[in-house]
Amino acid sequence: MKKTYQIAYIFLAPALLTLTVFFFLPVLAALGMSFTDFDIYSIGNLARTRFVFLQNYQHLLHDPLFWKSLLNTAYFVLVAGPLTIFVSLFTAMALQSSLLRFKSFFRLAFFLPVITNLVAIAVVWRYLYHPRFGLLNYILALFHCGPIDWLGNPHWAMPALILLATWKNFGYFMMIYIAGLQTIPGELYEASSLDGANWWRQQWHVTVPLLAPTTLLVTIMTVVGYLQFFAEPYIMTQGGPLNATLSVVLYLYDQGFRWWKMGYSASIAFVLFSVVFLAAVLQLYLGKRREAWG
Amino acid sequence: MIRNTAKSLLLHLCLFVAAAFTLIPFLWMLSASFMKNGEATLFPPHFVPTHISFQQYAILFHELNMGRYFLNSTILALGVTGGSLLVNAMAGFAFAKFTFPGKRPVFTLLLTSMIIPGQITMLPVFLLLNKLGLLNTYWGIILPGLASIFGIFLIRQYVSTIPDSLLEAAYMDGGSSFLIFWKIIMPLAKPVLITLALFTFMGTWNDFLWPLIVMTKDSMYTLPVGLAGLLGEHAQDTELMMAGSVITIIPIILIFLFLQKYYVQGILVGSIKE
Repeated sequence: MKKTYQIAYIFLAPALLTLTVFFFLPVLAALGMSFTDFDIYSIGNLARTRFVFLQNYQHLLHDPLFWKSLLNTAYFVLVAGPLTIFVSLFTAMALQSSLLRFKSFFRLAFFLPVITNLVAIAVVWRYLYHPRFGLLNYILALFHCGPIDWLGNPHWAMPALILLATWKNFGYFMMIYIAGLQTIPGELYEASSLDGANWWRQQWHVTVPLLAPTTLLVTIMTVVGYLQFFAEPYIMTQGGPLNATLSVVLYLYDQGFRWWKMGYSASIAFVLFSVVFLAAVLQLYLGKRREAWG
Repeated sequence: MIRNTAKSLLLHLCLFVAAAFTLIPFLWMLSASFMKNGEATLFPPHFVPTHISFQQYAILFHELNMGRYFLNSTILALGVTGGSLLVNAMAGFAFAKFTFPGKRPVFTLLLTSMIIPGQITMLPVFLLLNKLGLLNTYWGIILPGLASIFGIFLIRQYVSTIPDSLLEAAYMDGGSSFLIFWKIIMPLAKPVLITLALFTFMGTWNDFLWPLIVMTKDSMYTLPVGLAGLLGEHAQDTELMMAGSVITIIPIILIFLFLQKYYVQGILVGSIKE
């Protein structure tokens, strides 16, 4: 290529400028803010902001609501994550079956929740979950169960959101799994079926191990994505009942944009970032070690 | 043979139940949106409207601000998509086809930054937009959306596969880099550009948190923000909310139906590991 690399900088400039102004500098600014008591008065007059160093972080340690939000988020990630991965892997395997017809119909049906807007989805699910007229309780009643106050009962609210999130997201990871399945050579299945392995044994001994890299990727994506869950509780439960569905991002949104305690909110954002980062690194490490051990 | 038929039946049965599970909320949404007030909350439930009524849609557009939300969502999705397509394509081209000092560190920095959750930047960008007077304007969403690391990465991957010889020939003929970018790279990269356009359009249309923060005036709401607002006041009007949901998701479903091939490709490229 040409030696005039100045031209490359011209091509890069708009993107790098945008990212610097709206991403990289704000990340640094947020880090700075997390060491201050930036609040609504600071917006009008920056001089009212004081440097408080680690006080926000210390405050976080003793903030029961923050711990509650962290635990809720962990609950959500640890249940919705494996559930989503399991459902997506299972549907991907079923869709790959040579016996299956109407493949594109099923693929579309499972993918529809992924592309649609969560607010619109939440509107419907609020009625599916409605304690009196909801379809879910109607079905339960046919089996002489319920009624369950899905979103109003602190024990049921989180499972309800987990079900919703799994329903909405599994199609995306199903697509990734389908691509992973297509890279597995067919001869492996032929060989193992000659050895007399049935379908379940084939999946367990051929598919699952060969899909390990895909599963690692899917796990990281679900964990990182689910750690940031916000819209579900914001629209469905406002974090209630009794803060049972208050997530970390919802808490930082409330602190920052409802109570305007922006310094405090920034410190929550950085704790979240640390958790996301550690989770991703830990999974990569475990994935690598697993590979090394074969 | 018989075993295979039984297996096949079982498989289809399982998948039809699963498909019913994903589709029923959509069908119920569509059906309830054509009901008159109160019909959706009868017990036992009515699954289809006794009379098809467009009353809810009329209320949304005539008495409420749905038309305006629709316009806002369209302007923003098109604006972000058009702008970011050009900006990301230029950067992707630079990373794919130029050698320049700082290339590796900058690219590594971009890739590693993808792990940073967007929520971190919300507060400072909000304050910046406030200072610039860009809250409640289209620019407040378009400007931060102009560049995306994922987009740059996607384009770079694709443009790297375009043979250098093609570009060398064009340079020999005295073409400038800009001409080559516009006349050779952009047309050849069309499939990946469609993929990126689709992701950006759908992402902007469906985004909730950022427009919720930037747009605080009713006249500037996007469809999801407007819908969430309506939910606050009209939570009891089931049929009305269902109609609002239908309007919010119909454009995305239509676009997806026509271009799903490109969307799936985007998922796959995006999921390729380092």
